[in-house]
Amino acid sequence: MSKAKRNYARPLDIKNGAIDMSHGAGGRAMAQLIAELFMRHLGNGYLGQGNDGAVLPAPLLGEQAARLVMSTDCHVVSPLFFPGGDIGSLSVHGTLNDVAVMGAKPLYLSAGFILEEGFALEALDRIVASMARAASLAGVPVVTGDTKVVERGKGDGVFITTTGVGVLPHGLDLGGAQVRAGDVVLVSGTLGDHGVAIMSLRENLRFASDIVSDSAALHGLVAHLLETGADIRCLRDPTRGGLSSTLNEIALHAGVGMMLHEAQIPIKPAVASACELLGLDPLYVANEGKLIAICAAADAQRVLRAMREHPLGVDAAIIGEVVADDHHFVQLTTAFGGKRIVDWLTGDQLPRIC
Amino acid sequence: MCLAVPVRVLEVGLGPEGDMALVELGSIRKEISLSLVDDVQVGDFVILHVGYALSKLDPEEAARTLELIAQSHQALGAVS
Amino acid sequence: MKYIDEYRDGALARTLAQRIQSLAQAGRSYSFMEFCGGHTHAISRYGIANLLPASVHLVHGPGCPVCVLPIGRIDMAIEIARNPEVILCTYGDTLRVPASQGRSLLKAKAAGSDIRMVYSTLDAIQIARNNPAREVVFLAIGFETTTPPTAMAVLKAHQEKLSNFSILCCHVLTPPAMAQILESAPSQGEESLRIDGFIGPAHVSTVIGSQPYEVFSTHYRKPVVIAGFEPLDVMQAIAMLMVQVNEGRAEVENEFTRAVTPEGNLKAQARVAEVFELRSSFEWRGLATVPHSALQLRETFAAFDAERKFGLIYHSVPDNKACECGAVLRGVKRPQDCKIFGTVCTPENPIGSCMVSSEGACAAHYSYGRFETASA
Repeated sequence: MSKAKRNYARPLDIKNGAIDMSHGAGGRAMAQLIAELFMRHLGNGYLGQGNDGAVLPAPLLGEQAARLVMSTDCHVVSPLFFPGGDIGSLSVHGTLNDVAVMGAKPLYLSAGFILEEGFALEALDRIVASMARAASLAGVPVVTGDTKVVERGKGDGVFITTTGVGVLPHGLDLGGAQVRAGDVVLVSGTLGDHGVAIMSLRENLRFASDIVSDSAALHGLVAHLLETGADIRCLRDPTRGGLSSTLNEIALHAGVGMMLHEAQIPIKPAVASACELLGLDPLYVANEGKLIAICAAADAQRVLRAMREHPLGVDAAIIGEVVADDHHFVQLTTAFGGKRIVDWLTGDQLPRIC
Repeated sequence: MCLAVPVRVLEVGLGPEGDMALVELGSIRKEISLSLVDDVQVGDFVILHVGYALSKLDPEEAARTLELIAQSHQALGAVS
Repeated sequence: MKYIDEYRDGALARTLAQRIQSLAQAGRSYSFMEFCGGHTHAISRYGIANLLPASVHLVHGPGCPVCVLPIGRIDMAIEIARNPEVILCTYGDTLRVPASQGRSLLKAKAAGSDIRMVYSTLDAIQIARNNPAREVVFLAIGFETTTPPTAMAVLKAHQEKLSNFSILCCHVLTPPAMAQILESAPSQGEESLRIDGFIGPAHVSTVIGSQPYEVFSTHYRKPVVIAGFEPLDVMQAIAMLMVQVNEGRAEVENEFTRAVTPEGNLKAQARVAEVFELRSSFEWRGLATVPHSALQLRETFAAFDAERKFGLIYHSVPDNKACECGAVLRGVKRPQDCKIFGTVCTPENPIGSCMVSSEGACAAHYSYGRFETASA
């Protein structure tokens, strides 16, 4: 971002103004948008440097240099505003979580915006305010960013890309490859909340409910779990494709199978009802504020206790175990008493009549 | 055929022709059509399929079915 | 959830499983065909097969309206949607069904056709009201459960003079298809199908009642037990069928008494009769041509018939040579007996419709049950 002259003829009309092509041109109009909208919410020393990139001091951990973890995420969610969040807070949480599940402490965020010509400034203002709130609560600043504008019809209002950088202490290696037979699978809370919250607003599917997206930053919960010293093999956040996709990925990666127990999987009754109505399976529905943890069996109770102590993990549960399986199936014992597999999702889950 | 759920009727007489109802499953609410079923009262349960009520659910029969199933252990050894 | 959770109780399931075990007579096996996509799904999803003794076999019949929809009918829908003024409305189930040349409604949508998923015909009618300059076509699939909502939509369009609304009618009937299964001689290489009884469809029966199944009892001498939608209902119906078989009876019984009566929903039947008439014949995927098994719009409502409006002629398209959907739909082959099951034909790349719908026998087996055969 280039330094902007401070003399604008008129202040930005946040209430009634709209994005037009000049806001993306790199000139005075864009500078004003940045100064009077973006900086107003996000302003901090790093962002205020006003250069192309932000220079950030990296912490050293003892004699061992820490490793940097970086993750990026594009957000194109529609609708932009939903119960429990919006594209702004979602973009902050999503990237923070991707950094956190590596075991890293997230330190900095960047944010790129693709804005559609005609998009209301009032909506953009609400989105950026929400991002700022989410970032501030998480204690992770947005230190650099970019803005482009596309012609009307070429973008869904706004697309946001966030990148996060974090630091990983020496010796901590979480990941699918660490998982082995005998490990225990835990989840930090109820599944399917986010996906159902979004679906309830979709045209032609609309239904009234009190279901709210679970969008949340999980790095605090992760730090709390790591502090226990428990032998945690892998952490993941089950977003698109739900619990099923994440566990199938891990199973394939680690060359193992899994055995889950339906009766132990926490699902809110309202989410179960909505899925019943639409013919969806909650195990395939997106989450935005939940953690899957796989740990050594001996530490399962310790990890469960630590999760439940944390505000984001009050409904945490042990849901199954990792087993040896050359076919890498994720299997499930049904509450009814039978057995089935929880297979990879094919495309998007569509509501059905059949 | 297929995906149909029992829902509870909360309000009737809705919609421009008065044949829509507000129903509830768990805490989920939706407006559906009653144009295929007569004499539906608030508090009744109906079977919902693709936005229409297809039939009323008889609570006495529902209880009787469960009872029959629960009593099935008493029939053990009494057959063949 | 009331009237749902009680019928999924694990403790009662164990009781019923024991009862079924005790009913299984030594030295005989039992083969029951279920005829309802919802039952196929429930059996797989709850792992009911695990709870049954080895001598009790469940055969999946053609109870999934998506699975029995011939390729040619999807081709027609894709053809209609190619017109820029058309908005094609459909239930979600049909979007991934494979049509000719690797096409599907979903791919057609990606290529620019205006194809919209709707939850109800009420939505399709509303789209027609909101878009007077566009032609709204509703892809009407389904058995007798789904036909009354289509009838109401046509009546509403007629009443409001919505000249921009029409339907592509693919509604089919259950009893004729069940009879066709029993009448079919096996094709070359197939074993003869033995069916000891039918698990009658749940929601079709709420509309048509239990009376239409009498012919299977009196003429074909096969017991029919109409079963509710939940897993306990299915198991109870299996127990009831076994009792009949053991006692040498062939009657129509109703386990789903909380929603099914002998005469069914007369109002819904009347609306359907008002709007539709029988087609003399209709091609079913897997069953070939079945007489008097499907519906078309009556002459009075010809203006709402998309086939006539768009001048479409049905072309029969044969299935992929390796595809065994036909045999699977008729219950003479299991999904795992199909050479391309799980290899070429998967949910990601479905060759036949049994793999597309989550009630299709192949999709159900692939998604829920293939671990059993894999570890075998």
